Amino acid sequence: MTDLSAPSFVRQDLVAERAAPAKTTGFIGFVRTRLLNSPGNILLTILGLLLAWYIVVPTIKFLLVDAVWAGKDRTACLAEKAGHEVGACWPYIAAKLTQLIYGFYPEAQRWRVNLTYGLGAALLLPLLMPRLPAKGINSGLFFFAFPVVAFFLLHGGGIAGFGVSWTAGVLQLFEQSVGGAGDLLVNLSKSSAIAPLPWALGKVLVLVGFLIHWLIFPLTWLRDQLQLSSLPVWGDFLVTAVIVSAVLFVLGGGMRTGRRALVGSLLTFAGIAVGIKLMGLDRGGFPIVDTRLWGGLLVTLVIAITGIVASMPIGIALALGRRSSIPLIRIFSIAFIEFWRGVPLITVLFFATYMLPLFVPGNFAVDGLLRALIGVAIFTGAYMAEVIRGGLAAVARGQAEAASALGLSWWKTTSLIVLPQALRYVIPGIVNSFISLFKDTSLVSIVALFDLLGSLRASFSDPNWSTPTTAFTGFAFAGMIYFVFCFGMSRYSLFVEHRLNAHRRH
Amino acid sequence: MSTTPIVNISTLNKWYGDFHVLRDINLEVGKGERIVICGPSGSGKSTLIRCINALEEFQEGEIVVDGIELGPNLRRVDEVRREVGMVFQSFNLFPHLTVLDNCTLAPIWVRNIPKKDAEAAAMKFLERVKIPHQANKFPGQMSGGQQQRVAIARALTMNPKVMLFDEPTSALDPEMVKEVLDTMVDLAREGMTMLVVTHEMGFAREVANRVVFMDAGQIIESNTPQEFFANPQHARSKLFLSQILR
Repeated sequence: MTDLSAPSFVRQDLVAERAAPAKTTGFIGFVRTRLLNSPGNILLTILGLLLAWYIVVPTIKFLLVDAVWAGKDRTACLAEKAGHEVGACWPYIAAKLTQLIYGFYPEAQRWRVNLTYGLGAALLLPLLMPRLPAKGINSGLFFFAFPVVAFFLLHGGGIAGFGVSWTAGVLQLFEQSVGGAGDLLVNLSKSSAIAPLPWALGKVLVLVGFLIHWLIFPLTWLRDQLQLSSLPVWGDFLVTAVIVSAVLFVLGGGMRTGRRALVGSLLTFAGIAVGIKLMGLDRGGFPIVDTRLWGGLLVTLVIAITGIVASMPIGIALALGRRSSIPLIRIFSIAFIEFWRGVPLITVLFFATYMLPLFVPGNFAVDGLLRALIGVAIFTGAYMAEVIRGGLAAVARGQAEAASALGLSWWKTTSLIVLPQALRYVIPGIVNSFISLFKDTSLVSIVALFDLLGSLRASFSDPNWSTPTTAFTGFAFAGMIYFVFCFGMSRYSLFVEHRLNAHRRH
Repeated sequence: MSTTPIVNISTLNKWYGDFHVLRDINLEVGKGERIVICGPSGSGKSTLIRCINALEEFQEGEIVVDGIELGPNLRRVDEVRREVGMVFQSFNLFPHLTVLDNCTLAPIWVRNIPKKDAEAAAMKFLERVKIPHQANKFPGQMSGGQQQRVAIARALTMNPKVMLFDEPTSALDPEMVKEVLDTMVDLAREGMTMLVVTHEMGFAREVANRVVFMDAGQIIESNTPQEFFANPQHARSKLFLSQILR
């Protein structure tokens, strides 16, 4: 038997150090655990590296290393002159930059474009930052005042009258077209076998036109008096301001609660007066720059922003129309959406530019850019409608029921409960449409409008800058600009999505 | 028992296509009366109370709510809805608005009450359902029971004369049922006219003046809770009670 009093085991020397565990953090750890942790991943890593090597390296070489940075004309960008293989020819972009931004907009007037850019940015940026206050006034200025100001800034020209003259003009046009149609029918009946019906109808129309003439007589009389005065624009402005403010005051509840409406109206008119005065609209405004001279980024931004802003209400209206229970509205919406979605944008632009003038009366010429704008807005609106309809379908039926049960009308239920939720669901889809629209603006170059890409292509033909790499440089530059805008929209939409979904986080 | 009727339903008939959902319903609800409507699923009880505030249309008959006549054309639906509050099985709170905004939306946009007054009033109702401290949360951040209590407060902010409850506790976890029922009991004690579709027979026993039993779109039996539970008259109600009270 062994000694019972044997002492317990005590190690005499230290245990040898063990090797450190494999590193799983830091760069080396990342490489080991994520990139090289299995044969399949090793293969993918190698493929990825190769791909990066073949794409990133040549790109950097072309854009930066081999690029020519200074020069007066094409010779600087030729291999013989530079002494090495030539990449991007940046002096060409520098020389053409103004053309790419302004097109053929007269040089002396370009400050107007810059001012418009500046105004737009000054109004848009605060609108995009949720933290800043006064969103109501801000969006009012951006969505309603800014387009008007931008039009007079960019296009130029003044106004001959104000509210009274415009209303009178529109009503008079209506009266004349009704009366004209009546006369036409009466004349037609003289040479026709089935005389009585068109004759009677024509006489009725003439009578209606006559009635309208007398109904609107006070207005046209006022207009004529104002136009005869020494300051027609300001006189008209004053009368309009008084009439509109008084109506708003009464509608707002008169002495009891109408004061807010009155003050708001007066302030708005004061703002309009300042705008008219500053731009000198009553004295003819700025020199007119025809839209055929516009070009480059200016046209791209005008089309994109107008399209984005206009397509939303069109899309919402069509989406609601398509879900309406009134058959006529529903059928119209479906037909409208399906028609515009079924036609390529190029066809729409072609039709608007070359075919439409053949159909409308000669004295009713619409500006080329405006036609393209309308085409793009309606086209995008139809797509937007389907995106928004998806969102409307995603809102639970109980939401609308609960709102109705509380006594809210259809309009209030839709605008306060259903739409806000629906639009949140489809932010990614909406921004998708916006980005797609932004890039589709380049299609207007086929209808003789020179957007960014169109101006770029036009500049290729300049013999002063014709080098082997001119076109590549130009497209690389345009690509970067498009990317900056589209990526910006994408990131911003993510931000908004995250913010608006606060209620779904716990 | 009943004084002046505040809801009067006469010969109400409703079809879904060929399916006859409600058959000749006649029901008179007095002011301050608490009526529990029960019956097997598909018997038309939810449809019946949804007809009262015109969430469902009906083909024949007439409903009079506080003197406002509602016929099949639903012409005066807006007036009726202002007098009738509704609580749904699935709460239907507005998820994009805070609890407080949920409660002030209708007063502000339907009754044109200034925002400040509406908020003060809403806080009073939130205190009544015992969740004033959650006013700035979003509905998604609350439990089911709390959401349903907010829904009750939201309906009350319109000062309705009648409250409709469409299975208010059916979507709740068992431990949350009590808090909602307690709120409803409080409401009943204060004299609110209530029409409650529910399977909570305890609630019926405690606060109802009358239990209405429906089957296949018809009112089979209508009696005081004591009589109805102790001595059901019809075979169908006996069967129903034997299944539900075990």
